[in-house]
Amino acid sequence: MNIYIEALIAFHIILGAFFIFVGSFGMIKLPELMSRLHGPSKATTLGVGGFLVGSMIHFGATEGRISIQEILITFFLFITAPVTAHFIAKAYMHAELKPEKLPKPDGRYGWNTYASVEDVKLAAREQATGSDLQG
Amino acid sequence: MINYALALGFIAVSLALLMNLWRLATGPTVMDRVLAVDTMVINTIALIILYGIRESTAVYFESALLMAMFGFISTVAYCRFVLRGDVIE
Repeated sequence: MNIYIEALIAFHIILGAFFIFVGSFGMIKLPELMSRLHGPSKATTLGVGGFLVGSMIHFGATEGRISIQEILITFFLFITAPVTAHFIAKAYMHAELKPEKLPKPDGRYGWNTYASVEDVKLAAREQATGSDLQG
Repeated sequence: MINYALALGFIAVSLALLMNLWRLATGPTVMDRVLAVDTMVINTIALIILYGIRESTAVYFESALLMAMFGFISTVAYCRFVLRGDVIE
């Protein structure tokens, strides 16, 4: 195998290893869950992406074909990581945080995730009638 | 050259898995533990990919794909359970 291609694969593997390590290190180092969520959802995903790019170059150089599995894994991980982070943050907000302790949003309505059914119906009715009452 | 990079990758991913295990054991809230398990699944996928590069075979990538899917579904199920007390309503 060409030495430059080998160096490229090694570079991608080292990059991925560094980012995976940083992601898990941030998860044990940061103070509470909302900041801990940054490590696994961004750095670890990027690290796995680095491994997958290295693997694609490796199999392209040794066997001369583009393997579809790496593209599928990359696609799937990069789609599901934000969804997972959103779900964990939402469940944490409902389980641990109280809405009074959070910063208040600018608009007329509060946090959407804490809104009750009556709040949502009221907002929809106001929007439908176009009324400008101060809620 | 690739062998040294692979050794470094194995060491880094193994240390990351140990740190996830620490967070799983000592996490103050339930969601910390869910996050730790989710990260462990992603790190296991990374380990499988590294093993596939080392053995020069693409057989293991299907299992990595399966683990990605099941990890996502199990994390969403845990979050639904904490949110609603039920997975499928």
